[in-house]
Amino acid sequence: MAVSDTLVPKRTAAERRTSGFSYVEGGGTSPRTRFLRYVVITGIALFMMYPLLWMVSSTFKPDNKIFTQLGLWPQEWKFSNFSEGWNSLEHPFSLYLINSTILAVFDVVGTVVSSALAAFAFARLNFPGRKILFAMMLGTLMLPSHVLLIPQYIVFSKLGWLNTYLPLVVPHFLATNAFYIFLMVQFMRALPRELDDAARIDGCGTFRIFFRIIAPLCVPAFATTAIFTFMNSWNDFFSPLIYLTDSDLYTVPLALRQFMDSEGQSSWGPMFAMSIVSLLPIVGFFIAGQKYLMQGIATTGLK
Amino acid sequence: MTDSAHAETADAPAARASAAVPGRRRRRHLIDWSAYVFLVPWFVGMLFTVIPFGASLVLAFTDYDLLNPPKFIGMQNFTEILHDERVHKSLVVTFIYCLVSVPTSLAAALGVALMLNRGLRGLPIYRAIYYLPSLLGSSVAVVMLWRQVFSTQGIVNTALAWFGIQGPSWTSDPHTALSVLILLHIWTFGAPMVIFLAALRQVPTMYYEAAAVDGASRWRQFRSITLPMISPIIFFNLVLATIGAMQSFTQSFVMSNGTGGPADSTLFYNLYLYIQGFSRFHMGYASALAWVLLLIIAALTAINFLAQRYWVFYEN
Repeated sequence: MAVSDTLVPKRTAAERRTSGFSYVEGGGTSPRTRFLRYVVITGIALFMMYPLLWMVSSTFKPDNKIFTQLGLWPQEWKFSNFSEGWNSLEHPFSLYLINSTILAVFDVVGTVVSSALAAFAFARLNFPGRKILFAMMLGTLMLPSHVLLIPQYIVFSKLGWLNTYLPLVVPHFLATNAFYIFLMVQFMRALPRELDDAARIDGCGTFRIFFRIIAPLCVPAFATTAIFTFMNSWNDFFSPLIYLTDSDLYTVPLALRQFMDSEGQSSWGPMFAMSIVSLLPIVGFFIAGQKYLMQGIATTGLK
Repeated sequence: MTDSAHAETADAPAARASAAVPGRRRRRHLIDWSAYVFLVPWFVGMLFTVIPFGASLVLAFTDYDLLNPPKFIGMQNFTEILHDERVHKSLVVTFIYCLVSVPTSLAAALGVALMLNRGLRGLPIYRAIYYLPSLLGSSVAVVMLWRQVFSTQGIVNTALAWFGIQGPSWTSDPHTALSVLILLHIWTFGAPMVIFLAALRQVPTMYYEAAAVDGASRWRQFRSITLPMISPIIFFNLVLATIGAMQSFTQSFVMSNGTGGPADSTLFYNLYLYIQGFSRFHMGYASALAWVLLLIIAALTAINFLAQRYWVFYEN
């Protein structure tokens, strides 16, 4: 490597900070090294995206061409894979999409509301037992879900909730995922406490402080929670697998798996078409909420 | 919304003034009983957590099939686990999966994060491309895709055939089936990468400037500045990834149609727990398996925490 590698670039630290990169190692690399770096990261990125792009292109290829053509541009276009896939399971695919959407909406609303209420109490209110209860909350953060799985299943089956959405939805309304409470507590603690004091002097009660002052300021934390919850709910395979047996109630992941069980060797196109349909909401939410998501992930790792 | 905006602008100067006055106590010491109202959903939720937690320990010492009342059988489940060859096999599979995929994916995450972190145009696009697979990696659609990519006539073998190589039937050969799942895991290195990227930005620039003045090479800067400064984040990612990998389920379930085959070569521990609990309804045995997993994960985490003394660097 040339000497220029180790030289400090002539910009000041403040300038570099405003440009968003505080890590100056290699800041003064030659154009050739920089070009090579772009080639490497673009190459790896293409390699990583290839399977997904290949799946997209396969949905437009006839079945006998899917595995023989490695190229992404179909030589022969076939557009019926989507309509075939849509109708090749027991129910039209729209039913599974609606089921998953209903569950995801309930899960998101339940998680955001119940976690926000608990987080507000832990972050901004003073009450006897706060420290012990907070420690308990953190304790549940570390508990692997499989230890609770079997007794919870037994309870839900005794309640007659098997084959309904209740086991999948009710826990979300009870703030059972401590991770989201913790995330919101961290966020609420950073808000100036004088806001509460001022509101109290103006005659606000605790509930109004929460609804009118704290909650509106916590929208970024709520958004992060909502995106994560949506994605987990949409992707969840395990809970629907154990709680749902009726195919009317199946969610998208359970429906997709049926392609593997029931279909012969000849319908990859429809299967991939529905796989793409199932991934679209996640990709959509990811693109829409990328900013919040990255912040959410970064803070998880750093605080 | 208007309320809060008003409160903020009106009181910001006052707030600063009050913070500056020493010895002035805030009013937060007043006990607010309404806190318990806010916690009502969480309290109910805790019942759904604490009671099952105790119950699963009790169940671990019973024989229970959901239909007949649980029968207390002492340590029998645990002695059976000691002699159950499928438990041993699943532990081996899960450990290999963990030992190979966790370090590899973390190394890939750090490597790519380092490359992305250097004054690069289009960072959000690259970051999104690298992160996307980890969002999709646990979805059934992608596992099915993976299964087809590595099937006997899949594109991997089609590509190998160009070079005259006859590829194995990856997913149906016990020697290669697990490696397909490991590759899938490594493919999802984007999640720890995003955390590494955030951590790299926290390293103060002045350290690199000082090192550069002293003539330190780039490798030396990486080893003596970057690695120690981000070691707490490496540790955090390591603990999370280990716990996550030990609990994998969907990948092996979808890849093997719920059997863990071929020849139990992809029988993850959790898949075996599922088979015992939910296809054979051995609820007591499955609870015992869950507790063994809890102890293993606790032990691994403890080992990680003990080992961090030797390599994790905390500034204060």
